[in-house]
Amino acid sequence: MSKSNLTRRGLLKTSAVAGAGVALPTIFTASSAAAYMNEPTGGSVTLGFNVPQTGPYADEGNDELLAQKLAVEHLNGEGDGGCLKTFTSNALQGNGILGKKVEFVTGDTQTKSDAARASAKSMIEKDGAIMINGGSSSGVAIAVQGLCQEAGVIFMAGLTHSNDTTGKDKKANGFRHFFNGYMSGAALAPVLEKEYGKDRRAYHLTADYTWGWTQQESIAAATEAVGWETVNNVLTPLASTDFSSYITPVLNSGADVLVLNHYGGNMVNSLTNAIQFGLLDKEVNGKDFKIVVPLYSELMAAGAGANIKGVFGSMNWNWQLQDEGTKAFVQSFGEKYGKPPSNSAQTCYAQTLLYADACERAGTFNPCGVSEALEGFEFDGLGNGPTLYRADDHQCFKDVLVVKGAENPTNAYDTLEIVEITPRAQVEYAPDHPMFAGGDLGTCNPGA
Amino acid sequence: MLGLNKQDTTLFLIVVALTALAPFILNPFPTESAMAQFNAGYPDLMQRFVIFGIFAIGFNILFGLTGYLSFGHAAFLGVGSYAAVWMFKLFSYNVFPAIFLSVVIAGLFSLLIGYISLRRSGIYFSILTLAFAQMSFALAYSVLSNPKFNLTNGETGLQVYTDDLQMFHGDHLPDLPHIFGLLTMRDNFVLTVGGWDFNFNVGYYFCALIMLLAFYFSVRIFRSPFGTMLRAVKSNQTRMYYTGLNARPYTLAAFVISGMYAGLAGGLMAAVDPLAGAERMQWTASGEVVLMTILGGAGTLIGPILGAGFIKYFENIFSKINDTVLHSWFSFLPDGMEDFMVAIVHPFIGKGWHLTLGLLFMMVVIFLPGGLVEGGQRIMRLFRGKKAAKEADEATQSTPAE
Repeated sequence: MSKSNLTRRGLLKTSAVAGAGVALPTIFTASSAAAYMNEPTGGSVTLGFNVPQTGPYADEGNDELLAQKLAVEHLNGEGDGGCLKTFTSNALQGNGILGKKVEFVTGDTQTKSDAARASAKSMIEKDGAIMINGGSSSGVAIAVQGLCQEAGVIFMAGLTHSNDTTGKDKKANGFRHFFNGYMSGAALAPVLEKEYGKDRRAYHLTADYTWGWTQQESIAAATEAVGWETVNNVLTPLASTDFSSYITPVLNSGADVLVLNHYGGNMVNSLTNAIQFGLLDKEVNGKDFKIVVPLYSELMAAGAGANIKGVFGSMNWNWQLQDEGTKAFVQSFGEKYGKPPSNSAQTCYAQTLLYADACERAGTFNPCGVSEALEGFEFDGLGNGPTLYRADDHQCFKDVLVVKGAENPTNAYDTLEIVEITPRAQVEYAPDHPMFAGGDLGTCNPGA
Repeated sequence: MLGLNKQDTTLFLIVVALTALAPFILNPFPTESAMAQFNAGYPDLMQRFVIFGIFAIGFNILFGLTGYLSFGHAAFLGVGSYAAVWMFKLFSYNVFPAIFLSVVIAGLFSLLIGYISLRRSGIYFSILTLAFAQMSFALAYSVLSNPKFNLTNGETGLQVYTDDLQMFHGDHLPDLPHIFGLLTMRDNFVLTVGGWDFNFNVGYYFCALIMLLAFYFSVRIFRSPFGTMLRAVKSNQTRMYYTGLNARPYTLAAFVISGMYAGLAGGLMAAVDPLAGAERMQWTASGEVVLMTILGGAGTLIGPILGAGFIKYFENIFSKINDTVLHSWFSFLPDGMEDFMVAIVHPFIGKGWHLTLGLLFMMVVIFLPGGLVEGGQRIMRLFRGKKAAKEADEATQSTPAE
């Protein structure tokens, strides 16, 4: 059993150890020699690309990763330079960032907030990443943005469409190039009004989480403003794969438009179910029944196949645009990977270049300097037309595309056709708009 | 020492040494070397090692001793995390009240679920716990996060905002979890020796200290009459009933204790990173702790900690090896060979880490049914001959209860 030998010597030893333990804190707090978190000291700088490589959005994530690798090549002066030639800011020389060679590490978000934060943390703590970029879900984007704020690195969001990312969850260290639910609504409503008339009755099926709610709120508000009536909004669990039971009530509700606030696999399944039930062949209130998918992506369109013919939606960017920036990026991406990039790939590419450019212009990697350089920055030549990074909420303002499923696609990649390029002025809103209120940007955190 | 017998004392001291020296042990390669990829000595992963160690130690009290296989322990971990973050939101960033509340809430929650689930045993018990955990996940993910009543903040995860109440928070206190304002969980001291960078992190040592307490407590349970009673449940519960002993209170107590361990782990997770995501309640998370325990050696004292470390290492290190890294490893080979080797290794790294882990898990279960602990014993036997091996057997107590 227990034996304890309490001697004078033993006691002294123990108290010495305990004393050292108590004294440790002062060493810890006095250790911050660097000016900011992960200050690059060698000849290279490390960026962290945190994308979903497994899980429901793995396709999107892998496409983002391809674009990010391409951006790194272009920054280091390899390849054909891509958008470096068309970007209106000429700070980037193709010699890395501030003369340092760009390296990158990758992580898997698994589209789970916890896993995403863990992989971002390991990139920051272990690999010394100075910026985190990527992601394909608003929940993850908000979680990682919070982490980057605490850790003191810059977060350049990937695909995140929820109003909250730059609304109530906005952070000083986080920046979003992608558009949001409000912009989707503002761009879609006039087109829907023109195509389907003023007196429509809409039925919403909404994915039951942050993104779904904010998008539903935005679309309902925008369509009601043009005279539509929202008959019902039904929340569907994110894990659903069969939406049949949600479709039947639509037919009996007297609605003549179905709005699917779904994304990824959810959207593919719910749209397929709706088509199987013959919704598009129905006539209600003397009008043809219609389906709207407010947020489109190329990869979803490919998954839904012929079902998306004539279905309206919105996008941040599409490879079929004809401006110089888009052409340069699509050519560069196509030559390297043999396919056109998706809009999630484009936003990650643009974000990486924007970050690099901001570092060059600020002359430092310090998050506070970078943040200052990005705030209020006006640029063009990255594929979205003239764009503003608004200082109030770190949201980009640019044109929004209204698209619809192509009637006669000629190949596997032109499944969507551009209906209208909605000008920036039409999708702008005040920083304190009710849908975005309640957040606090805080102050930039340089970490150390 | 401390009421432990000689072997247990040795084992406990080994665990103490391992956790105290972890920053050195886990960082064997210089930072700039190519092998640095395999270093695990950075704060986040070290914290995960000990936190999931606590989770697995607690799970082992239920599964290893009574043989009741719960597939829903992640629910208690999640509840603990939510409780801790709510403490941060309402009161202050001090970690002690947060962890205290997370243990209490997880204890109450496990009492409720255990009271219902323990009416059945075997596979029915497992299914019941699984069902409860999935219900909790669904509740946290969407039901309890609607805009009118937002308890969990759904998919985004519960976070602390600057406009939260935080009654006892002041300007003099740091804006992240801290220990009475003296130290924050993020404080980190980097010791640079030669090419090596060793991280000494407050969050890690705080969690490690709590893990040592948890480990000590679990050793005491294993060696107590209560522990013997739990083993009796595992070997033959019917016989216990026939001799007039009611097993239910014992199993319920074991269930609640392991639930509290899970809550403690959840609270610590929130303490080192103040966000609680619903995913940590999902069934995959419950399955993970089962894997940890079996991989390390169910029913052994140190097994669950080893298993937890093993799985977390794979999840965080192997998943981050990408093709670029592979190409740099094999760059000494001729071009064709290089691509060939990369193509062969590719499915097992990066997003394929589950595959590697699955293969290893199969091998462990087939060749080392006693888990990593048995592997360690076999190696010892090779080195020290039969007599010493017998001692080692007793030291880690892998004698099956049957």
